[in-house]
Parts: sequence; C-alpha cells; structure tokens
Amino acid sequence: MNDMTPTSAERAEKLEGMGCKRKRVEDVRFVQGRGNYVDDLKLPGMLYGDFTRSPYAHARIKRIDTSKAKAVPGVLAVLTAADLKPLGLHYMPTLAGDVQAVLAEEKVLFQNQEVAFVVANERYAAADGAELVEVEYESLPVVIDPFRAMAPDAPVLREDLAGKTEGVHGARKHHNHVFNWQIGDRAATDAAFNKAEVAIKELISYQRVHPCPLETCQCVASFDKIKGELTLWGTFQAPHVIRTVASLISKIPEHKIHVIAPDIGGGFGNKVGAYSGYICAIVASIVTGRPVKWVEDRIENLSATAFARDYHMTTEIAATKDGKVTGLRVYTLADHGAFDACADPSKWPAGFFNIVTGSYDFPTAHVEVDGIYTNKAPGGVAYRCSFRVTEAAYCIERAMDILAQKLGMDPAELRMKNLIRREQFPYTSALGWEYDSGDYHTALNKAMDTVGYKALRDEQKTKQEAFRRGETRDLMGIGVIFFTEIVGAGPSRNCDILGIAMFDSAEIRIHPTGSVIARLGTKSQGQGHETTYAQIIATELGLKADNITVEEGNTDTAPYGLGTYGSRSTPVSGAATAMAARKIKAKAQMIAAHLLEVHDDDLEWDVDRFTVKGNPERFKTMTELAWAAYHGVPPGMEPGLEAVSYYDPPNMTYPFGAYICVVDVDVDTGMTKIRRFYALDDCGTRINPMIIEGQIHGGLTEAFAIAMGQEIRYDEIGNVMTASLMDYFLPTAVETPHWETDWTTTPSPHHPIGAKGVGESPNVGGVPCFANAVNDAFGFLGSTHIAMPHDQWRTWTVAENLGLHA
Amino acid sequence: MIPGSFAYHRPSSVQEAVALLADLGTEARALAGGHSLIPMMKLRLAAPDNLVDLAGIKELKSIRADGGDIVIGAMTTQHEVLASDLLTQKIPILRETALQIADPQVRYAGTLGGNVANGDPGNDMPAVMLCLGAAYQVTGKSGERRIAAREFYQGAYFTALEPGEILTAIRIRVPATGHGYGYEKLKRKIGDYATAAAAVVLTMTGGTVASCSIGLTNVAETPLWAEAAANILVGSSLNAATVKRAVAAAEAITAPATDSRGPAIYRTKMAGVMLARALAHARSRAS
Amino acid sequence: MAKIQIAMTVNGEAVEALAEPRTLLIHFLREQLNLTGPHIGCDTSHCGACTVDLDGKSMKSCTVFAVQASGAEIRTIEGMAAADGTLHALQEGFREMHGLQCGFCTPGMIVRAYRLLQENPNPTETEIRFGIAGNLCRCTGYQNIVKAIQYAAAKLNGVPLQEAAE
Repeated sequence: MNDMTPTSAERAEKLEGMGCKRKRVEDVRFVQGRGNYVDDLKLPGMLYGDFTRSPYAHARIKRIDTSKAKAVPGVLAVLTAADLKPLGLHYMPTLAGDVQAVLAEEKVLFQNQEVAFVVANERYAAADGAELVEVEYESLPVVIDPFRAMAPDAPVLREDLAGKTEGVHGARKHHNHVFNWQIGDRAATDAAFNKAEVAIKELISYQRVHPCPLETCQCVASFDKIKGELTLWGTFQAPHVIRTVASLISKIPEHKIHVIAPDIGGGFGNKVGAYSGYICAIVASIVTGRPVKWVEDRIENLSATAFARDYHMTTEIAATKDGKVTGLRVYTLADHGAFDACADPSKWPAGFFNIVTGSYDFPTAHVEVDGIYTNKAPGGVAYRCSFRVTEAAYCIERAMDILAQKLGMDPAELRMKNLIRREQFPYTSALGWEYDSGDYHTALNKAMDTVGYKALRDEQKTKQEAFRRGETRDLMGIGVIFFTEIVGAGPSRNCDILGIAMFDSAEIRIHPTGSVIARLGTKSQGQGHETTYAQIIATELGLKADNITVEEGNTDTAPYGLGTYGSRSTPVSGAATAMAARKIKAKAQMIAAHLLEVHDDDLEWDVDRFTVKGNPERFKTMTELAWAAYHGVPPGMEPGLEAVSYYDPPNMTYPFGAYICVVDVDVDTGMTKIRRFYALDDCGTRINPMIIEGQIHGGLTEAFAIAMGQEIRYDEIGNVMTASLMDYFLPTAVETPHWETDWTTTPSPHHPIGAKGVGESPNVGGVPCFANAVNDAFGFLGSTHIAMPHDQWRTWTVAENLGLHA
Repeated sequence: MIPGSFAYHRPSSVQEAVALLADLGTEARALAGGHSLIPMMKLRLAAPDNLVDLAGIKELKSIRADGGDIVIGAMTTQHEVLASDLLTQKIPILRETALQIADPQVRYAGTLGGNVANGDPGNDMPAVMLCLGAAYQVTGKSGERRIAAREFYQGAYFTALEPGEILTAIRIRVPATGHGYGYEKLKRKIGDYATAAAAVVLTMTGGTVASCSIGLTNVAETPLWAEAAANILVGSSLNAATVKRAVAAAEAITAPATDSRGPAIYRTKMAGVMLARALAHARSRAS
Repeated sequence: MAKIQIAMTVNGEAVEALAEPRTLLIHFLREQLNLTGPHIGCDTSHCGACTVDLDGKSMKSCTVFAVQASGAEIRTIEGMAAADGTLHALQEGFREMHGLQCGFCTPGMIVRAYRLLQENPNPTETEIRFGIAGNLCRCTGYQNIVKAIQYAAAKLNGVPLQEAAE
C-alpha cells in the first residue's frame, strides 16, 4: 500500500457507522417544516370525525338523540353504539385481554368516554355536530379511590362482565377486580421477614400520569369499496399490530389492510394501543365511502387515551443490622381504570414489575399485584419505560432510601453494599429475571467521584445546621439512585402480544451501486431510527451511512414487527439489522472469494472490504461486491444481495445507571430548584452518542415533570381536573434543569452488537432520583416518605406538618 | 377544539365600536388580544354571536405622559409595556409584572386593557392597578366615564363595566421618584396563573415607610387591595414584627379557591409570603 | 356563517382565501394554504407548536382568527430557508446541535427563536430559555435547543462556533 491509501481507521470514519455522532437524517425535513405527520394528510373528499363525550364518570345512558347534530350543515353521519352493535364493533378487544367500549352503549364508565362519532365534510362542522348530540344520562355512584374499589358494597362498574368470575389471568375476586398476579417465593420471603433484624414498610404510590406527546393520537381511514381494501394512516408506534387488530376486528383480510405510520410527533407509549377513534374512523369510511380523519384534541388526549402508572405499592424490605438486604415483599394495587387496556405482553398483566428487586442482590422476594377497575380512563401504558419498570424502579429506590434512613446509613453506602457484583453476571434475580451483564460498582463509584458526593454531603450537613440555627430557609437534598432496566421485549418463550411473538425484523437490500434500503418492523417517533439503523448497517457492511435509506411504518413494505416501545428497537430490531447485514456479508464473502479466486476462509474483513489474508492489496470492496452480486455471482448462486432477519432475542437486555441529584427546597413556598443532576448511563455498545445524550436529556426532562408535578387527578365525582396544558405539568425551558451526562460501557453478551437500548432509562432512573432528593432534604427532620408529585403545595405541606413554619 | 360561529366586526374608532356593541346587544363581545377569549370560545365556554375586534382602533394604542399621569391605551400589549422606556422609567412595576405574565408569544398578543378589563382573578395587572390607584377610562353609548380600579372589580369576571362599554385607557398617577416596588408571583411554571402574587409600591423617608400600597393577585374572586395591611406598615421601619402583622392582615382578606395550585390555606399563606418578599424587594429599591 | 375573503402575505407571497370568521389562523395556514409546518399541540395557547411570525411578533396561530390577520405579513417555518434552499442559521443549528427529535415542536421553536434573535442578537442562556418558554418540547429537554440557538446566534453574528451537541 502506498501512503495515499486511506488507513482502515480513515475508511471507517467515512462510513459514519456505529459510535459516531452522526447528524440526523430526519432533521433535514423537520427543520424545514416538511415532516409528514398524520394531520398533514389531505385526501380528496376527506371527511372529519369528532366525538361527543360523556360529562359523567359513571352514568346510565337513557337516550341519545342525534337529530340536531344530523341537521348541522355538512354533517353526513352520526355513529352511536346502536350503529356499531350490529357489526359487532361496539366493543373492541384490548391488548390486555379485556374488551373496551368503542362507543358507550348502556353506560359510561369514565368522564370523556366516547358516546357518539359525528362525521362531517369539515372539521368545524363535525365539532358543531358533536356539541349538538343530545344524550340523557342518569348518574351513578362513582369509584375513584382505588382502595375502595373492592369494598363489598362498591358500585358495579363493568356490567358487561357480570358473572365472569374468570379473567384472562385467573379468578376475579370482586366485581371490580381485573386480575391477581403473584411471583416469587412467598414462604421463603415471609421467613426472611420473620427473622429480619431490621424491616421497613411503606405505601409507595406512583400517581396517575399521561405520556402527553406533543402530537395527539390521530388517524385517517380510507376504505376502497371497489377493491375492498382499507388504508389506515395513523400515529402508530406498532403499525403491524394495528393491522392485525384491525383485521381481527373488522374481518377485512389482513392483506387488504394497509397501515401506514408516517412521521410521529412523539409517542412515549401513548400510541401503542388501539383507540375508539381508529375504529370509528374506519367504520365511518366504510359507511360513507370516503376517507375520514380523526384528530384528538389535547383535552381528549389527556382524559381518554392511555394513562400511565396509578400503582400503589406497599413495600417491605427485610435486612440485617449492618445493611444487607435479606428479603423484599411488595403488594400492589393497580388502578386500571374502566377497561384493562394495558399494553403489556400477554403473559404479564403487571408488565415486568418483577424487576422490582432492582440492582440489589435480594436472596428472596415476593410480589403480588391486584388489578382493579375504577371510573377513570383506561390505559396503563408504558410511558417512556418498559412495562411497569418505572413503577418498580421508583418503588425499590424509594424503599432503599427508607431502609438507609432507618439504619442510619448513607443511601449510597447501602446501595454499594447490596449491588449485584460484576462476577455474579449473568445474574438470576429472586423474581426470575436473568440480568445479562453489569458492572454496577464501577458505575456508582464513577458517579459519586464525578459529583464529589462526599463534599456534597458535607455541604448538606453544614446547611442543615444553619437551618436549625434559623440562618437559612432552604433545605438541601441529595438524591442517589441505581437503576436496572429490563428492555427489549422479548424472547418468544415469554413475550407475545395477541399471541404474536415479540420478535422484530429488518430487511436489507443492497442495490447494484452499493446504496441500500433497509426496512424495519419498528417505528421511530423521534428516536432517530433513520440515522442509527443506517449506522449499524454501515459498520456491519462497510457502506456509507449516507447511502443507506431506512424506512419504517408502511406495513406493505416493512417486514412484520411489533413496533417501538419498551426500548425494544435497538435490542430487537437493531439486532435483526445486524443479523440481516451479516447474512448479506456472508454472501458477499462468497462472491469476493469467487472474484479473487481464493477460498472463503482465505478472506478477512477490513472495514469496507474483504482482503486476501496476508495480501491486503488484493481485495474487493463491498461496493464492488454489490455490483458483482447483480452480474457476477459464482455458479449456482442466486443473484442479488438482500436479506431479512426476524430476530427472536434470547433474553432481554438490562441497561443500568447511577444518577445523582441535588435539590434546594424553599420551605416557605415549597418551591424546589434542581441545582444539579448527573446521569451515568450504561446502555452497552453506543451506536450514536449524540442521539443517546439527546434521549437521556429528554427522558430526564420527562422524569423531572413526573416527579415534580405531573398528575392526572380526578375529583371525588370523577371529573378529570388536569386535562389541559394549563394544569398538566409540562415544564418549559425555564423550569427544566441543566443535565450532566456520563456513561460506562458494558456490552450485552447476547446482543449481536452488544447494545442494550437507552431511551427509557432516564425516565426509569430519573423519577426516583428526584423523589429521593426531595425526600432527602426533609429526612433529617424525621420525614420518611413523601408522595409524588413534589409540587409546591405538597412540598410546603411537608414543611408545614414538620412545624417548619411556626 | 373549535369555536362556534360568529360575525366579525372591525371598527376603526371607539365611537364605531361602541355603536356596534350597542346595536349588537349582549351576544356581542369586544375582542382585544384574544388570548383569554379565544381559548374560552374554543372550549365553547364562550359563544358570542358577534366579535368586535378593537385591533383596528389606532387611538387605543399609545403610551403617553399627561401631567403627573401616564395614560396607556387599552390595546397596548404586554410586549409594548416591556418595550416602553417611559413606563420602565416611571412605573417600573409594570415591566416587572409584565415579565411574569404568560409567555413571550402571549405577551405579544395580550393587552393591558384585556388583562385588566375581563375580570379574571388570575390576571396579574389588576392587583398592580389597585396598588397604583389607577383609573380606567371607559366609553359607552352614553359617553365616557372614569372608574377607579379599586372600585372596578366586583366578582370573578364581573366588573363595573356596563354592557356595551369598552375600556379605552388606563390612567396611572406616576409614583413618587425614588419609590420602591416589587411584584412577587408564585407560579408552577411559565405560563401559569399565580398561586398567589403580591404587588407593593412604597416610599421611604429616613428609614421609615412614608406611604405604602399593596395589591394581591388570584387569592379571591377579585384582585385585592390590602389597605389595612399597608396602613400597618406606614410609619414603620419594616421591622419583622410589623411585617408579620401586615402579612397577617393581608392574609385575612384572602379567600382563594382550592385548585391544582394548592389548597386554599396554602394559597393564603403564599399571599403572605409573596407580600413579605415584595416588601423586602420594594424596600431594597426605595431611595 | 358565511365565508369571507381573507388576504394576507405569507412567506413573501400575497395570498387570498375564503374562510369563516371563526377559522383559526392555524387551520387557515394548514388547510387553506397547505402550509403544514406549523402544528397544533395543545389547542390552548400553551405549547407554541403553532407559532408563526406575524407582523414581527411571534404568535400562537391556534389562538388567532385568520380574519384578525387580514393584511398581515406572516412567516412560517416554510419561509425560513433562503430562496435557493440554503437553510437559515437556526435550521442549521437545530440539526448541528441535535435540537430536535420528533420534530413536531421544531417549526414553532425555530420561528420563535428567529424573532428572539431579531430582538436580542446575543442572548445569554437564561435569556434564551426565557425567550422560548412559550414553546414546549417533550423530547429534547431543551438543552440542545438552547445550543442550537446559540449556534445560530454565533453564526449570524459571524463569530466562530464552539461547542458541539452533547
């Protein structure tokens, strides 16, 4: 080689493959306002649908009169349950094995439930019509407090389930009971508690919140009567699942349904499930023969589609006097609202809540969850977390702090003492998960060193003394947490949705000139898939990322996949991408051997080419091999260069991290100021550090919002009180703290490129970190647990109850 | 969220606007910046048949000195309040308050007249106007009249404005040179109404309070003028004990609603904390 | 209600269309003029996704009737790049600094930042944060949006650029 030949490193850099901070491909259109979101779609003759919704949380429908609505100029049709019932479409199946009313038939079960769907030739006329649908209600007693749902005399909510004593997850023990789920060794855990030297017990509630992406849920349904085909554009995180559900519900053959998810303005779990709006738009399109658009407004979004959390976790830890944990016992009351519309893998009614042993070496544990119905909106989605993982992380991380407080130990020291050790991986937890890899102590040590943990504790002590002397009205809190996520659902042996295994897929086609199109079963909602999947392929195949198009969201062209949520894209589709690329590479190697007239085994891979071992000047680049694949393949080989991979992951991946937060609390107002937030994440192999940092910033910001103010709150008669952005806390740039990010890298041993997924870690770790910081501020005054959200009045109330305003 | 239908009118003079409102009757509403009314219309909590847009009336957009007063046209936006050197120099509490209203976009649209006239107890400027002893110039079919801000607010969204009258200008006596001021607002985030807020204007002579006026925001159905609290402070050095008494007097006149910002007791206490802070701030600025 | 003729200048072009008086400016732009860059996020003037520049002011077009904007000069995200397609410094900055993810808030954010920089060409970080507080983003946590605006300010002021996106 002469000096002009680029080195391997130089060639690798040009590819913009894995590990590089590649600028995002998507941004070119987004910064020019040329994104293509659902509501941007305009079809000839398109109609608009709008809902009439229930003002009551629980009421019997006595009468529906649509005549005035139908008289509105421009209104073409008004659908009610009576219209859907003959089609068998007044109820739809949920992903959790329950059914949900598409339009309320005899009763409404939550405020803003869908009652009628008005279809008009203009958005404004549809709204006028929706206002004029007259519904006569007879109000019924409501169940809002989950702790009263299973009282013997609690009102019966789900009359449609009368007599159904068996649910999909076993026996129902009360008319408002959904399921009971248990895991772990109860006897061993009870025994651990019986002989515990120290034990703590606390009811740790995680309030009801909502993912609230900036774009609401929406769709356009267009039924072609002549072909008998349905095209459905929508905000779908899982377009293939929507196609299958639509086919099962509508009986339209699946090949005649074309689901397209265009650009999506954020999802965070809100856009996984199927909603009444989708069904009504489809029916309306079939009825009218014209395309029908449905766009949720923000109030509808916050009050009717997909809440998250509402978990009430009575948590106990047993430990020795010197702080070694010996057992964990959690009983959870899970408020599922009016219908069980959780988007969990089928066998997991409480998601992966059994990750609740967290990052600690618990010898034994037991978890029990009761799901119940209340007069609240259905949902129970994984809002920027894997299924129920943020609930679990919040639960264990609060509980560990409570234990530390009881032991008089520093919370970081307690964690250090109990973290799973590096040599224990792969580690099987007491609740059955096999953690793939970790180096927890290194991560926590790095975090503590970077923030100067000891100095912070010293400063806090000085401040506490000053506070006691009356020299300051500020309290300083330090939150420290260590989380373990469980993402990448999931292995077919235990993960499915509607019976479909939770594999995911990638199909890669190399064009003759060496450019590429890759199609995947996932669907980006802002994660930058068009950029990062191309980086995987670039590195795997030695082709420039800029020459790789990544396409998702069209079920006609993309291979079947289960979609994007639960941080599964990188662990599952990312793996499929690498595997498909490797199939291509294997074929390319045979072509190279043929062209170079050597044996396959005499070739070695060097960034973007196969070279002859010991003779690197003899090589074929992947670009050359792409051309050759279309005209010079070895005898007997099929031409072309493409592959598809359906990847069934052998295990989940287990990203982890150590976060530290410093908060200052003004006890006179309850105002908090996040002075510092440091997040160390280990997501295994890092594909695009820029995008990872962006994901962490965003996830931390959502965690901040949840911990410090978000709440879907109902009054005692079931009115939802926080259904607009006036009252539902989305922080602006002013409230949002500055984020410091850091990392360690512990690759996943079972993932083809060692990546674990990252988008949800900051939410999972962030929420308990903020909460621990606020709790820590008051801990020295005797407070043990303060419920979220830590908004101003609640924080002030803590101070008030501690007598700090006297 | 889609508003109901209405007819749109854009008069070019106050007389024309007043005549329109008189002709159109109770189903007509005057439209200023629209950032209170339009959201209400989109929620269909307001459904006027006619909107009389005041944006075309040039005479409503001005800020001028008139003897010892400053007269601000009702259609002056919060953004224009912030941009006005005259106001910044003479009545700086207006700038301090405007900066705490809503967000940049809303401040470009929201008007001073709309903020003080619609009777929303969450609005910030009314308490400041009570504090400053402002007067509102209003014009109706029967002519012009002047209403003291302190007599204007009668209940939530209920004011001394008669049907068909529009508020055309706000007249404020320029506070004494060297006065101290402060508007302290507790809110959950940018864009929020106050959990509680307090406006203070005071003058100091030789270390004691010579004059003091206090307004409170969003802790009752109307903005509050805390006259008794201010009187307690006059003649004092703003020592802790006196401030405490004044705070108690201010808290005593509050009657906030319990809402997502917190329970009533919290909001009352926050009115007190904001007042104490506004007093400290005002004192530090007085010369 | 009868439709009325509404005329204005949008991105330098005189436009005219029929609309009801109640037609919101955001719908007028998106549906009559097919300018789908500005988005609807909250409907209640909190999120700023619908922000356009109207006579030199950043406006939430979901809370303005189109008829109120009669005769106005409006600039939307579609009017930010130069006629030859060169991106505005802000558009470039958002990409360089990873100031966007799902892209839904981005048009409003950029149009707002444009006016901010017109009024304050050298904003501090605090001024930027305060200046974009009428625009919500659910994805980025704002840190890189601040950097994107700093990038654009530096570029527009002709000073060298420093930091990369985190």
